[in-house]
Amino acid sequence: MANLSTNFVGIKSPNPFWLASAPPTDKEYNVRRAFEAGWGGVVWKTLGEAGPPVVNVNGPRYGAIWGADRRLLGLNNIELITDRPLEVNLREMKAVKRDYPDRALVASLMVPCVEEAWKAILPLVEETGADGVELNFGCPHGMSERGMGSAVGQVPEYIEMVTRWVKQYTRMPCIVKLTPNITDVRKPAQAAKRGGADAVSLINTINSITSVDLDLFAPEPTIDGRGAHGGYCGPAVKPIALNMVAEIARDPETAGLPISGIGGVTTWRDAAEFLTLGAGSVQVCTAAMTYGFKIVEEMISGLSEWMDTKGFTTIEEVTGRAVPNCSDWKNLNLNYVSKARINQDLCIKCGRCYAACEDTSHQAIAMSPERVFEVKDDECVACNLCVNVCPVEDCITMERLAPGVVDERTGKVVEAEPADWTTHPNNPMATATAAE
Amino acid sequence: MKAKALEPGVVAGRLARQAYAENFADLHPPLDNHEALVAADRCYFCHDAPCITACPTSIDIPLFIRQIATGTPDAAAKTILGQNILGGMCARVCPTETLCEEACVRMTAEHRPVEIGRLQRYATDTLMAKGVHPFERAPGTGKRIAVVGAGPAGLACAHRLSMNGHDVVIHDARGKPGGLNEYGIASYKSVAGFAAREVDWLLKIGGITIETGSMLGRDVTLAALNADYDAVFLAMGLGGVNALGLEGEERDGLHDAVDFIADLRQSEDLAALPIGRDVVVIGGGMTAIDAAVQARLLGALNVTLVYRRSRARMNASEFEQDLAASKGVRIITNAQPIAIHGNGAVREVEFEYTDDALLPTGERFRLPADQVFRAIGQTLFGDGLPDLDGRKIAITGAGRTSLPGVWAGGDCAAGGDDLTVTAVAEGRDAAEDIHASLMASAAKEA
Repeated sequence: MANLSTNFVGIKSPNPFWLASAPPTDKEYNVRRAFEAGWGGVVWKTLGEAGPPVVNVNGPRYGAIWGADRRLLGLNNIELITDRPLEVNLREMKAVKRDYPDRALVASLMVPCVEEAWKAILPLVEETGADGVELNFGCPHGMSERGMGSAVGQVPEYIEMVTRWVKQYTRMPCIVKLTPNITDVRKPAQAAKRGGADAVSLINTINSITSVDLDLFAPEPTIDGRGAHGGYCGPAVKPIALNMVAEIARDPETAGLPISGIGGVTTWRDAAEFLTLGAGSVQVCTAAMTYGFKIVEEMISGLSEWMDTKGFTTIEEVTGRAVPNCSDWKNLNLNYVSKARINQDLCIKCGRCYAACEDTSHQAIAMSPERVFEVKDDECVACNLCVNVCPVEDCITMERLAPGVVDERTGKVVEAEPADWTTHPNNPMATATAAE
Repeated sequence: MKAKALEPGVVAGRLARQAYAENFADLHPPLDNHEALVAADRCYFCHDAPCITACPTSIDIPLFIRQIATGTPDAAAKTILGQNILGGMCARVCPTETLCEEACVRMTAEHRPVEIGRLQRYATDTLMAKGVHPFERAPGTGKRIAVVGAGPAGLACAHRLSMNGHDVVIHDARGKPGGLNEYGIASYKSVAGFAAREVDWLLKIGGITIETGSMLGRDVTLAALNADYDAVFLAMGLGGVNALGLEGEERDGLHDAVDFIADLRQSEDLAALPIGRDVVVIGGGMTAIDAAVQARLLGALNVTLVYRRSRARMNASEFEQDLAASKGVRIITNAQPIAIHGNGAVREVEFEYTDDALLPTGERFRLPADQVFRAIGQTLFGDGLPDLDGRKIAITGAGRTSLPGVWAGGDCAAGGDDLTVTAVAEGRDAAEDIHASLMASAAKEA
């Protein structure tokens, strides 16, 4: 049986599933229940500096988008960092850590961008027995208007500076949480590494307006007729998060920097995907907010079973396993030729593949009067759109043409040897001669 | 009440009062908003969707379901009603399990279709509850058309003619318009006076006058109508009922199923409606099922439906057969009646089993019966009609008959299934053909 225990930059937890710094981890009551439910760790809801705490709006904090059957696909949040006094949070963290010494407890921090502020709060956190700190350089709403959160995370020099202060004033492991609201996520990751960060975590939430109230003409969530952009999260953001994690994992400057993967992790499968792209742990929020803490049981059993079937015994064996296969477009094999194949036994004759291909793609699917749908190999470019719109899993698949076979679309024999854009004759920058 | 339940003969009030309301409640209760959204989510928005092809009125089903899913049920209703002005009734009475829902790709996928019928009802009910009539008449043409029969075909034809700017007078033999919608459909399929409400709503288009109690051949003649109007549309349905052709058929207790259903539909108090203890229904179509099920719901102790051919040949759909079985109707197939026994009133019906070629097998049995309903088909009734094709009015194209200026559709016309939805399609298409024909001759004259 796979061992899910995790040692992430010295922070140990019985499994890689942590609750992200967010509403679910704002107080002792929740965190105790999360640990009882089986979560491996929590990143406590972000603490601010001592003094009067921040305030939150008293109207709606969340907006959402839904898929079929009102399945929640994306959530938008305008809640700020914890609005409870610092000393209360610290006291509760200490009590929880004392009672759950085997679980990871990380403190998320956001204080003004001055050295004194960081110097002041770090000893207080250390005193709770917390296992590490996560620097919230990602929160995109409210706090960023005050020069914190993503306002820091969008300036690599600030990230480096603050990270350096943190490493200077505490012995705790330091995770830098990155904002996706930036052009190139590798830059802040590089800055964090230069500042001495032990790890990065990403992604924080994405600036968003989930919808507009068409009666009030105001963004959702609407508060007294107005709305502010919030942070987008949930299953809808997973593809963005996966890419950003992979970008950091494969960048030579940051390769090997531990990553805690965040962004739309909803099932064990999502978690496994983050791990393979370089994450050493994953953080979950929206899925727990949608279904409750119990989902961790499925995550644990699913990941464990998958690892068993693959013969992996530790999380370390999974971490980064897909990174070598993350490539630039220019290195994709242009001699890999495939065609769509429709399994007539599985086809329910809805015709969506036909509509998609005929209206918006390559007119490569034929429809007979009896509603039999067949791929025209001489038109099919293997774009995969039919696969993606087909409601029946595995009804349409992509089949590789064996080398030596003629691609009816191009009339050319499929080459056995790979060849990519870097050697393609149409590429004016080609660095090598095309394979004959 | 128990004693009444078992009492022999044809008596009223077999059930506790409360039971009538329960028994005759909506067969398929309407979807609420949430249920409608969940049901609409299941539609795949198929290309050139098979459900559209399966619908006799060719309603754009994927479009109206998408309109429901996106929160615009009124727009959905317009999509439906633009093709089928009686979309509300069709949503209730269509055998969707053999039409749109049978064709739904979800049947192939998971043996459970999108609930098209109930979604159609949701959309049309939503619009009709607002009292909105979404269609307007074109500028008046000055043409006048007579429609015979205010059933589904006649109403659909009249409405489309009115939309095209013509004035319409409908003659109907009965006391109320609606035809079989009002008199001939099982009560639990059209509760709370829906048929009458739908007619009232349809007439909001304007330009349509209905003369009830006006019967072709008795109060008006086809020749007179043809002379007085620019066109005539015949849609009087089938007025006659086939007889069994048996001795003793005149005995008390033998009725036409259509009369029983009509009486039941018009009854103000179902507890006052007498019903037999042992009821036999002869026939295998929808009327037979409707009569048999409703006899059970009125408290008949034993209801047996006997059909002369095999179960597979029954005109009633599998859903209807299952419904009857679930209500406790016994279905006997491959048996035909050979004698009605009794002294004054019917006491027993004697049957003989038949083989698949309808040949008698010599095996006979008797069923006790204090009430027998004939439901072996209806016939066209009337003189001076256009040429017939078999036993119905022969038509070509969109309802053209052998007489110039006379169109026909619905059950009285040959071809097509005898379904409400088919009648609507025929009425609508005849109206368009009448319109095109009148406008072409008007253009020629001008």
